[in-house]
Amino acid sequence: MALKASQLKVGDVHEETVVEDLRRTQIVMYAGASGDYNPIHTDEVFATKVAGYPTVFAHGMLTMGMTGKMLTNYVGDGRLTKFGLQFRAQVWPGDTLTARALVKALREEAGQHFVDLELTTVNQNGVEVATGEASARIDG
Amino acid sequence: MAAKRFPIEASHVMMFARAIGDHNAVYLDEEKAKAGEAGGIIAPPTFVAAAAQFDPDYGLRPRPDAPWFGSGKHPSGLVRPRAAEPAPGGGESSGAARGGGRGGGGGGGGLHAEQHYEYRRHLRPGDVLTAKTQPGRTWEKESRRAGKLKFRETVTEYYDQNGELVIIARGVGMSTERVIDAGAKEPKAQDKE
Repeated sequence: MALKASQLKVGDVHEETVVEDLRRTQIVMYAGASGDYNPIHTDEVFATKVAGYPTVFAHGMLTMGMTGKMLTNYVGDGRLTKFGLQFRAQVWPGDTLTARALVKALREEAGQHFVDLELTTVNQNGVEVATGEASARIDG
Repeated sequence: MAAKRFPIEASHVMMFARAIGDHNAVYLDEEKAKAGEAGGIIAPPTFVAAAAQFDPDYGLRPRPDAPWFGSGKHPSGLVRPRAAEPAPGGGESSGAARGGGRGGGGGGGGLHAEQHYEYRRHLRPGDVLTAKTQPGRTWEKESRRAGKLKFRETVTEYYDQNGELVIIARGVGMSTERVIDAGAKEPKAQDKE
């Protein structure tokens, strides 16, 4: 179901928990599907002994993919016109992420309605792991 | 370096949707997808990150005829082949622009700082994309914790089989002058182990 401009107002918020207790296996799945096999994400020996991290961590693009799930659940399928994120903190196995969209603006161009959203994805400690913005076509 | 030919395939879309934990029928059920407003299966918004699969020279995929910097029984002793270069579609070793971690060098390599997409339309199985990648802006920032941060932007335009521009991807990779100060503010990952 698509969003309707007539039912939205600036300041509206939609939020979803997009992953609970992120499993290492999901990071492996993302490596396999995306083709980014950087061992920093899946190879504990490399991540700890070579790179010096406490453990492996998720691809930023996995965080973006999960944030995108919240977005498409909110605005509908195939309606995004823009989607961008800045990666601000690492996402570790065990993290629980909540993705939030805040309505910043509603606009109309050539008869088409759009919503502009501010995006924030936080972990279980409230740390922003990604922030950004998106726009989508919506109904009138 | 980019994918010369990136075919969008239904099983790949399904695997990608599963990997991001998205069980929306529009990504995996042809009949339900047809009945919905998309009119058929489409790819999730970040799917072009998987263009890396179709880049023959992608440096973050092990291959049988070349050394690999990941570990076997022991660390390989090799450094990562390419540092701080975001993949065209947005697949790069990712991490944190401000959240800590190691930049540059043989550790994790560069960090993925930003990714932005513009959609003219959404992808469907059967589409065959070609990519044109250009370097974008570069800039530097001074950081107390990691010295000079170098940012490098890459802009990739994806064209479909009819020559229409469908997606513009802008990625920003970051490398650091020195290892980021581990004592600085960092998610408490160790507490969770």
